[in-house]
Amino acid sequence: MSSTLTAPSPGTSAPQMPRVHYLNVDYGVKSWLFTTDHKRIAIMYLVVATLFFALGGTFAGLMRLQLLTPHSHLVQAETYNKLFTMHGVTMIFFFLIPSIPAVLGNFLIPMMIGARDLAFPRLNLASWYIYVIGGLFTITAAATGGVDTGWTFYTPYSSIYANTNVVLTVVGIFITGFSSILTGLNFIVTVHKMRAPGMTWGRLPLFVWAHYATSLIFILGTPVLAITLVLVGLERVFRIGVFDPALGGDPLLFQHLFWFYSHPAVYIMILPGMGVISEVVACFARKRVYGYPFVAASSLAIAVLGFLVWGHHMFVSGQSMYAGMVFSLLSMLVAIPSAIKVFNWTATLYKGSVSFQAPMLYCFGFIGLFTIGGLTGLFLATLGIDVHVHDTYFVIAHFHYIMVGGAIMAYMSGLHFWWPKMTGRLYPEGWARLAALIIFIGFNLTFFPQFILGYLGMPRRYAFYPPEFQVLNVLSTAGASILGVGYLIPLVYLIWSMRYGKPAGPNPWSAKGLEWQTTSPPPTDNFIEPLVVEEAYAYAPYTPEDRKRAKHE
Amino acid sequence: MSEITTGSALAHQFDDAQQQQQAATLGMWVFLCTEVMMFGGLFTGYVVYRNAYFAGFAAASHRLDVTLGAINTAVLITSSFTMAMAVHSAQTGKRTALTGFLLATMLLGGVFLSIKGTEYASKFHEHLVPGPDFEFDPLLRRQAYVFISFYFAMTGLHALHMVVGLGLLGWLVVGTVRKRFTAAYHTPVEIVGLYWHFVDIVWIFLFPLLYLIERHHR
Amino acid sequence: MQRWLPLFPERASTISAQVDHLLYFEIAIAAFFAALIFTLLLVFAVKYRRRSETERPRPIVGDLRLELVWTLVPMVLTMVMFAWGADVFFQEAHPPRDAMEVTVVAKQWMWKFQQPTGQREINALHVPLGRPVRLLMTSEDVIHSLFIPAFRVKKDVLPGRYTMLWFQATRPGTYHLFCSQYCGSQHASMIGWVYVQEPSQYEAWLSGRRATSVSPVASGRALFERLGCITCHVQAAPQRCPRLESLYGKPVKLTTGQTVIADEGYLRESIIDPQAKIVAGYQAVMPTYTGQLKEEDVLDLIAYIKSLSPPAEESTP
Repeated sequence: MSSTLTAPSPGTSAPQMPRVHYLNVDYGVKSWLFTTDHKRIAIMYLVVATLFFALGGTFAGLMRLQLLTPHSHLVQAETYNKLFTMHGVTMIFFFLIPSIPAVLGNFLIPMMIGARDLAFPRLNLASWYIYVIGGLFTITAAATGGVDTGWTFYTPYSSIYANTNVVLTVVGIFITGFSSILTGLNFIVTVHKMRAPGMTWGRLPLFVWAHYATSLIFILGTPVLAITLVLVGLERVFRIGVFDPALGGDPLLFQHLFWFYSHPAVYIMILPGMGVISEVVACFARKRVYGYPFVAASSLAIAVLGFLVWGHHMFVSGQSMYAGMVFSLLSMLVAIPSAIKVFNWTATLYKGSVSFQAPMLYCFGFIGLFTIGGLTGLFLATLGIDVHVHDTYFVIAHFHYIMVGGAIMAYMSGLHFWWPKMTGRLYPEGWARLAALIIFIGFNLTFFPQFILGYLGMPRRYAFYPPEFQVLNVLSTAGASILGVGYLIPLVYLIWSMRYGKPAGPNPWSAKGLEWQTTSPPPTDNFIEPLVVEEAYAYAPYTPEDRKRAKHE
Repeated sequence: MSEITTGSALAHQFDDAQQQQQAATLGMWVFLCTEVMMFGGLFTGYVVYRNAYFAGFAAASHRLDVTLGAINTAVLITSSFTMAMAVHSAQTGKRTALTGFLLATMLLGGVFLSIKGTEYASKFHEHLVPGPDFEFDPLLRRQAYVFISFYFAMTGLHALHMVVGLGLLGWLVVGTVRKRFTAAYHTPVEIVGLYWHFVDIVWIFLFPLLYLIERHHR
Repeated sequence: MQRWLPLFPERASTISAQVDHLLYFEIAIAAFFAALIFTLLLVFAVKYRRRSETERPRPIVGDLRLELVWTLVPMVLTMVMFAWGADVFFQEAHPPRDAMEVTVVAKQWMWKFQQPTGQREINALHVPLGRPVRLLMTSEDVIHSLFIPAFRVKKDVLPGRYTMLWFQATRPGTYHLFCSQYCGSQHASMIGWVYVQEPSQYEAWLSGRRATSVSPVASGRALFERLGCITCHVQAAPQRCPRLESLYGKPVKLTTGQTVIADEGYLRESIIDPQAKIVAGYQAVMPTYTGQLKEEDVLDLIAYIKSLSPPAEESTP
């Protein structure tokens, strides 16, 4: 465990890589495939998740090409249906849900709380293998004919009528679900039991709070999806009567069970990103996050309230009018904690010292686009409007603003922010800013027209559409091509930087947080010297006078 | 984990044995929460349909063998007792008793699964399985079909968990023989005990819900 | 219809304007908050941009009053949105009593409509201007969804049960109808047109089709006799089977003690799965007709049974 800690002080020589760190402590494939180091596992997740992102993105690209003309023959309708299904399944289950928790969460949570590793390192490795195995099932399903039920698997189409690889796909998702469940379990036990002395709950970084809340959803929601998909599989194979009306079953029961998980799942996809934003905004404004207790509590509130609103996906499904009203009201309430976060992040900039490196640019993008996405969620929670826009492109625009404009931007922000810590290297800042701008422009051009398309009435999951919708579709496809280019650029320079990037030193951003008190890259056991556990975001000397004065600002 | 006969094998991420033990226990409790949610989905579906199809559910339930179900309930409750005794033996460092009680628990678990197996076999013979061969009074056939679907799904999932439990118990027996567990360190025995009690509790819910619908009318 | 860059669909029903106004209201609120956040971000980013590497801002903890303000104000606004939206939704769930009834049977991949006077259409629906129209819908196979953007209405169409959608057209014209719940390979082709016509034109269209159509009530009566329903429900002693006159829309007490309303869903279930609900005081002897009837047959039987009740009962959603 020897390493030279090189502190970057002005006037001395440039930072150097530590001699021994977690990446070079051992070489060879076996040292990676049998590792229990949470940092190596995070890197393995990064590689696989990137591959799934590329796969899901390719499906999307083909879809957008098909939609360039109203009745394109680029792909057959059956193929298009498989494309949108596989795009959803891949992106949701194999990219968005794992990305930030399994890559950044795995890497950072032990470090942020001052621990040597997670509570259960071997379980962590098992989670990765389960993720890969589940992914292989799903890729096999895609490669041997695909599945065309939509990622939502509504019955009885999925359980009786579809003649595509439904069982293979639900088995893949079922398996991968356990990866999520075990990761959530690991995070919860780690945060409860492995905090360094002095790291109280009130000092936890908001990134950790966000992942704790996400883990609650992992463990309470994912099992319900697991059993629901099992029932779909059993209905398909053994013709049990659960969801098929011809056998006495109820298709709405499937929808209730499915959305009971899948709505909280969207909070799984956004909460970790919100955790990233809190860390990055604090660092690049050199201030603690405004309203820390409220931002922390809002993460928990989102997790709890998120379990109470699933019926807003079913306003026109045939469920009772009163159920619709209850779910609409609760859905309004779940928006409030997210609004609280946005206001607090904005207030963090007030009287701060703001700089604009790529992580911060992605933060600005997140706050703006998530705000739009979240506000359009209110439109969907409004019963009278949702009846019109449900199952149209309005919904697609809404969730892509949150998932891509929000979650993926947060992922990019976090990846760039902690890239020096993870690899010991700096990425090229100019290219990173350019890519952020291209992504922002491409994203808006892709998805804003879809709000209009949706209100006009273009339904989702359509391989063909009436001609009057073409102009908006063309704009959207143009945006998608720009967005694709935008995502390719970081792929290139991040890989380049691993070899040729400037050594970063322990703390290139002068950030607070325990992860910056060690080398970049860190040693296998994370820390060399005894830690100084100070309160989160101590960006300035914090005296009692400061506290008194702060109350009046 | 390295085997140290004198005390616990402390994993490198933990600072002390107490932290390791607490983490393992909390981990098992969290895992059991996930199991509650998984079975919960099935129980939710069951409750919904029982409310809608009560007549068919009652009629189909009467075709289950309540005697065998009751015996199985007694078997499992006894096995929870032997499991608790196993944990107690581990806590007091009594290796032989520990081995005995673990084996007794496994035996009882095996008895449970055998009885379940005979029940399933008889269901096949009576054409009371989901699929094209299902036979029932035509008036209630639709509803009974849903009941039988849930019967197999719920008891099947439970039986799967029992098999996993037997595997865990076997692993504990091997560990006991290898002198891994002492009064100072026996966390695996305790957390497998938690798991086993959970599987028992699930059955205690399953039995009345599936076997005891309107039995008092008979 | 053919505009270069359309932004809004046409308004062709009594509810369209309400939905659009609700939308404008929400756009205004959303635009306000988005503009507020964007402006603040921009202003703060510029005003507080870092000017020197050594500057260290003072730590500002937060302000409880501000937190309460920006929690409660959005809460109040969202409650207003909820209430307005719920009001529109309530209206959409309650058709007027004198609505004309059209039955809809969806299947992969077509829409089958039947007018109350028996005329059948596929992927097209003729309706008269200014009259409320109530659609009673079911599916033969998977879940579909009927969506008419110009009317701002949508409802899923389920196998094994009925769902309802109603509208009153306010502008003559031709409007898209779409299937908006993914239903298999030809989902995107399961589309059609709604033809809103002046009443006289509508009548003329109906007359043109009268030769080839039988009213649902007449078909239903024929089925009622052919399938033997009449032997129990009319000819047998009243103690053996419940009578069906004046049944529709009335509360029914069951053997379980529960009371339900005899709506279309209840009638359908009584035909397909009679054991699900037994009327109090009767034995469970009615045979099931699962598999013997098409959905259109069930709808016809229900139309006949409804005709045995006094007219203009308000139907439940």
